[in-house]
Amino acid sequence: MPTSPDSVTHCPPEAGQARPRLAPSALNWLGVVPFFLFALLFLILPTATLMIGAFQDANGHFTLGNIAKLFDDSILSAYWISFEVSAASALGGGLIGLLLALAAIQGGLPGWIRPTLMTFSGVASNFAGIPLSFAFLSTLGRMGLVTVLLRNYADFDLYSTGFSILSFIGLTLTYLYFQIPLMVLIVTPAIDGLRAEWREACESLGGSSLAYWWHIALPILWPSILGSTLLLFANAFGAVATAYALTGSSLNIVPILLYAQIRGDVLHDQNLGYALALGMIVVTGLSNAGYIWLRSRAERGRE
Amino acid sequence: MAIAIGTIYFLLPLIATFEFSLKMNRDGYSFEAYKVVLSDPGFQATFGYSTLMAVLTIIVGILLVVPTAYWIQLKLPRLRPLVEFITLLPLVIPAIVIVFGYLKLYNSSAWLPLTGNDRATDFLLMCSYVTLALPYLYRSIDAGLRAIDVRTLTEAAESLGASWPSILLQVIFPNVKSAILSGAFLTFAVVIGEFTMASLLGRPAFGPYLQLIGANRAYEPSALAIIAFLVTWASMGLIQVFARNARPARKTA
Amino acid sequence: MAYLTINNLHKRFADHVVVHDFNMNIEQGEFVTFLGPSGCGKTTVLRMIAGFETPTSGHIRVGGEDITHQSPQKRGIGMVFQSYALFPNMNVTQNIGFGLKMRKCDSAEIARKVAEVIKLVELSGKENHYPHELSGGQRQRVALARALVVEPRILLLDEPLSALDARIRKNLREQIRDIQRRLGLTTIFVTHDQEEALTMSDRIFVMNQGRVEQEGRAEMVYTEPATEFVARFMGNYNLLGAADSQRLLGLSINGHLAIRPESIHVLDAHSQQADTLAGTIRQHQLLGNIIRYQIESAGVTLQVDRLNRTASDLMPAGTEVRLQISRDDMREVR
Repeated sequence: MPTSPDSVTHCPPEAGQARPRLAPSALNWLGVVPFFLFALLFLILPTATLMIGAFQDANGHFTLGNIAKLFDDSILSAYWISFEVSAASALGGGLIGLLLALAAIQGGLPGWIRPTLMTFSGVASNFAGIPLSFAFLSTLGRMGLVTVLLRNYADFDLYSTGFSILSFIGLTLTYLYFQIPLMVLIVTPAIDGLRAEWREACESLGGSSLAYWWHIALPILWPSILGSTLLLFANAFGAVATAYALTGSSLNIVPILLYAQIRGDVLHDQNLGYALALGMIVVTGLSNAGYIWLRSRAERGRE
Repeated sequence: MAIAIGTIYFLLPLIATFEFSLKMNRDGYSFEAYKVVLSDPGFQATFGYSTLMAVLTIIVGILLVVPTAYWIQLKLPRLRPLVEFITLLPLVIPAIVIVFGYLKLYNSSAWLPLTGNDRATDFLLMCSYVTLALPYLYRSIDAGLRAIDVRTLTEAAESLGASWPSILLQVIFPNVKSAILSGAFLTFAVVIGEFTMASLLGRPAFGPYLQLIGANRAYEPSALAIIAFLVTWASMGLIQVFARNARPARKTA
Repeated sequence: MAYLTINNLHKRFADHVVVHDFNMNIEQGEFVTFLGPSGCGKTTVLRMIAGFETPTSGHIRVGGEDITHQSPQKRGIGMVFQSYALFPNMNVTQNIGFGLKMRKCDSAEIARKVAEVIKLVELSGKENHYPHELSGGQRQRVALARALVVEPRILLLDEPLSALDARIRKNLREQIRDIQRRLGLTTIFVTHDQEEALTMSDRIFVMNQGRVEQEGRAEMVYTEPATEFVARFMGNYNLLGAADSQRLLGLSINGHLAIRPESIHVLDAHSQQADTLAGTIRQHQLLGNIIRYQIESAGVTLQVDRLNRTASDLMPAGTEVRLQISRDDMREVR
């Protein structure tokens, strides 16, 4: 209900019928110019220039050669390991985070548990990057507390099993540290959206607790769960700092490959680097698009 | 049960890190590692640099986001989906890709050589941090604005004869103060230890310093991890404090 | 013996007593209403009957069978919620068929019964709509159909109309009552709206602070309030304290004297009839078919309702009148 005279026109100036009201309309647009200018300069143009670069050779001519090189074995395997680590930490984080959130919200636990879990999740989901890798080295590294305790008291050498904090498993365990709390944070609103009356209506219609979860709660939560897991996947796929500080360059995952490429350590092929970046955007973009689509589905019908 | 396992999983690394950080002296536990770290000029310089960066990022971010979000709600609601989409992009495009784009676009021979000298690169780094903070800042501020029905408040203020600056400063801002502060502290937590951007732009920030120490020292990294954890915890704790204070205020508003 | 009997029902949350010594008997096919302000315990009693809350003490029996500690699934009691509580992931047909599916009915039977009840609540054509595509009134009819289709022993309605707007509310109210009569369904209805209670119920339980203030047939509760609370809650009774009724009417009473505004007759100031009081009109409100006057008499302000027949009937402020109140229309209440 726009009542002030200059808020009537929302049309962009190029729309023909807005001509007579050009002045107030143009003024309206002036208000968002700084934001769009900023987004263009520091978000959209830099990304766009990479995407274009991915289709150019060193002399600026169009080529699909860079994209083709992404399918080299060494690069493909980097994408594959990245995919595995991200998928494992997203699935694990998604499942455990969901169970934790369910237990805290619906499990009939004492009232202080929930706010504590939420605060802690806020901290832990932001406690990523280099300090996190230090923490895991102190825990599960060769001199880590758990490794040492197991060796001294349980006579069990963790590293003799082939375990290494610098490996796939080690990286996944480390990623879980911020993935689980992140899942708790993003899935909690969806769980809060489950109304007590739905359970009661189900009970009074003769449905068991299992029937409630199977026919009502899970179908309602499903888009949120899947969407959140996709978001976790994208989150892990783009992470650099944790992996770099933990494994240096010893684990061949895409973000580290790209990091090394930018630092000029390997590849020596600028345009292949652009293609690598493009590949990352495609993967994270797809999973985020999935998240947004599923979230809008989940919000539908819950007004 | 799930809670118990979760608690162990999340506390164990912290305990282990803390325990490790105390072992620098061979003859028992001490805070030696902390003493070494805190008195290291490298620590002081990089931590100060990152703190300054975080503060600048928060100020610029707020100045960019608050008027935009306000304007979108008031005058251009049709643009909201587009703006929301743009603010979510930094979650879609990994930081490493964004900074790679900067290096290509703003290199020393480009039309806008922002990587040409240190001051310009500092500016570019701050802009990159504002970009990273966009999703958090926009979401928390937009939610804060939505909760107070900006349009009615603005119209009420207009009809009472308030000028635009006083509408923004005396009516809108006080009502979304807690939302802005939440976004600010979250931004602080994200920026203070950021590694990728700072490292690839070659600026002496706390993140690259952490990485350097981690690669060359044994006990100091644990002490640094504990310090970083406390900083994160303090930021989140302050968000909780402000969120709690905001609730009764909103009821009376 | 009555169909549903409740004996000495108590419910305490922590140290707060929500329901205090609740007793009632309901015959099969009866429509009973719990009426009271929010927080009076009416919904808690309903939830104990449904099995969502466990009584602190007391018994609930249906057809002689003690169901006090039975799980809600086994009670065969239907419930309609104020917020509809439709499952958002299911369409109209699936929502209504859910209870039958839980009872392991075969799909042909489910389809037949669902189609029948959809016709009953007049939702034909909406079978494949999802709850978010329906209006409030339609949603509540789906909720009603979902509760009815499993042929419950007792139907519980928890403020089912309070989220709807006035016109739909009146419509649905008649529809519910009509279906209830046709199916001969034992029904308990919870509301805070006395008009709703009066138009729909066979019997009303007026509740306050966890206790039953008065129970009785709808017309009785309105005309013969037993307590001050009921008098205030049911209508616009004039309530006179002991001192006022002594001064005005020369009656000494305990508690209060309740006089309905429409039972006071207004005569012109020169009337020679015996047993009348002198009064002065202070102001009036136009309520459509009724004009409500504030008339002062011996320092007491009384509300008096008169039919609004013609515009010239209206008596301006300051008019002197005489008031006649029949003994039969004065009720002493606790």
